[in-house]
Amino acid sequence: MDLSAINPILLLASLMVAATPILLAAIGELVVERAGVLNLGVEGMMITGAVCGFIATITLGSSVLGFAGAALGGALLALVFGILTQVLLSNQVATGLALTLFGLGLAALLGQGYIGIKAPVIPKWPVPVLSDIPVIGPILFNHDPVVYLGILIVAAVWFFLSFTRAGLILRAVGENHDAAHALGYHVIRVRLLAIMFGGACAGLGGAYLSLVRVPQWTEGLTAGAGWIALAIVVFASWRPWRLLLGAYLFGGVTVLQLNLQAAGLAVPVAYLSMAPYLATILVLVMMRAGRAPGSLAQPFHASR
Amino acid sequence: MSIKNLLAGTGIALALATGAFAQDPTTVGFVYVGPVGDGGWTYEHDQARQAVEAHFGDAVETVFVESVPEGPDAERVMTQMALQGADLIFTTSFGYMDATINVAERFPDVKFEHATGYKMADNVAIYNARFYEGRAIQGHIAGQMTESNIIGYIGSYPIPEVIQGINSAFIHAREVNPDVEFRVVWAYTWFDPAKEAEAATVLIEQGADVILQHTDSTAPQAAAQAAGNVVTFGQASDMAEFAPFPRVSSIIDDWAPYYIARTQAVIDGTWESTDTWDGIPEGMVSIGEITDAVPAEVKASAEAMIEAIRAGEYHPFTGPLNRQDGSVWLADGEVASDEDLLGMNFYLEGLTGEIPQ
Repeated sequence: MDLSAINPILLLASLMVAATPILLAAIGELVVERAGVLNLGVEGMMITGAVCGFIATITLGSSVLGFAGAALGGALLALVFGILTQVLLSNQVATGLALTLFGLGLAALLGQGYIGIKAPVIPKWPVPVLSDIPVIGPILFNHDPVVYLGILIVAAVWFFLSFTRAGLILRAVGENHDAAHALGYHVIRVRLLAIMFGGACAGLGGAYLSLVRVPQWTEGLTAGAGWIALAIVVFASWRPWRLLLGAYLFGGVTVLQLNLQAAGLAVPVAYLSMAPYLATILVLVMMRAGRAPGSLAQPFHASR
Repeated sequence: MSIKNLLAGTGIALALATGAFAQDPTTVGFVYVGPVGDGGWTYEHDQARQAVEAHFGDAVETVFVESVPEGPDAERVMTQMALQGADLIFTTSFGYMDATINVAERFPDVKFEHATGYKMADNVAIYNARFYEGRAIQGHIAGQMTESNIIGYIGSYPIPEVIQGINSAFIHAREVNPDVEFRVVWAYTWFDPAKEAEAATVLIEQGADVILQHTDSTAPQAAAQAAGNVVTFGQASDMAEFAPFPRVSSIIDDWAPYYIARTQAVIDGTWESTDTWDGIPEGMVSIGEITDAVPAEVKASAEAMIEAIRAGEYHPFTGPLNRQDGSVWLADGEVASDEDLLGMNFYLEGLTGEIPQ
């Protein structure tokens, strides 16, 4: 065993990178759930975003347009879910699961001609001045732009939910949709927008995998990341900054486990794989389940 | 995942039901652990399946289910295939072993072929390729290509087949470079591009400048390419899109001749439960082009080693070899027996770390 082989600076830096896809997907789902909708289709939206982003990057030749395409693809798929659950009042759990399965198949179909093609490399984008700070610089400020974007989105969501009128309306819709409706707010419109935002974020997260992390298109690329994102939202008890912590915890365990192995420490991998989920259950018990948005997963119709 | 397979199963049912109206061709089923587009292991099996179709034309019909998890799901998929009239079923991953045996017991008239396992029955044959022969070539090249003297190895599961590969690559790297060290990471998956990319990145961060992989996707190749100065080898398939660098060579599995021969045996009624373990001499394992990124003399000696293995003059596990704890495994000149290799659950002397149990 040679723990000195692990460079803590590189470890923390790669932790931030590993956490980014699940962070993006989870922050989108957080907004969706705060609006009172449970969309279990995160995995499907992620992988659709992954393939849409990949196709857009290859055909349009631009990574920025690629990520835009990923967000659009994720949002469109989410809109399907939104129309089914909000307008046609289908069951949210069943529709969400169906969305995951549909998304996996759709992505495999769309990606048929793109297997084995390499995406252009997205260069790192060190923040001027800040990236020169010893220790903190390489950990925090020497990444590709999407890592910063993820953190910015978390900050923006936090600000939106806590300090804006629109955020208040969204929370009201999520806590008690009948009351929000009685006050004259458009419950369905708010929810559809939230669902599309969630889809766009999940799409970005998926594209981060296919364009930066892996970076290529293969079927089954997301390999369950969407489900981890769902767990993180619960772990974070629906709060943005805790979600950031949760994403780093979940992402960090993967990186740490591989690092410990490479350094020759015989860790029972199963323990480390369990750890974040145990933490989720612990948080759930300690926080009490009552913190979930009041109208979560309940169907809304103005006539009731 | 299970619902996806259920749907896939229904698909097979439809395919077989519609096929039944034709002149009752021989139906061959394939169960895959990854997607056919993985670019590695499953891709090669599917290429061989297509070769079977091309060879027999209308006389044979093939069906496959991809991305079948190792476990109870696999048993269900196989049962479905057998129920729908498959005559021969290839189950193409180590983890399908018990499932194959269980299903075969219930369908004595259906022939099963399990890849890389060791349990047989009257209607279950096993087949495998001597990947360790290819690993010897990889180790030989890797040991001379590394400058940091650290070689990273992405293992899938700690099973004999994978451990053979690590040992074979290691002793041949040590032979040409006494300072070389191996760092092994177990990914506990055959196919998970994100995890494989992470494992490769971790190994590169810890100083490895050669990455060997026993997982099926091309993600480690991409990670090495991003790092810039890291050498890789194609696994199971040529992965030529990463040549000439980082991919400097590869191990290619060629299952087509075996699948065609076994399908023919079923058609002729001469099928028997056999234990096949072929390698470079028979062509089941071949070595992809060694690119110009490898120095000419290294390439020449690697090719000489391939020829020696092909001619049967050289066995990659030839003594003297000691186990990791220093005890003698093979005396001078002694060659490992197949039983020894099939049960290999220990590292050889010089490797650090422990095999997870």
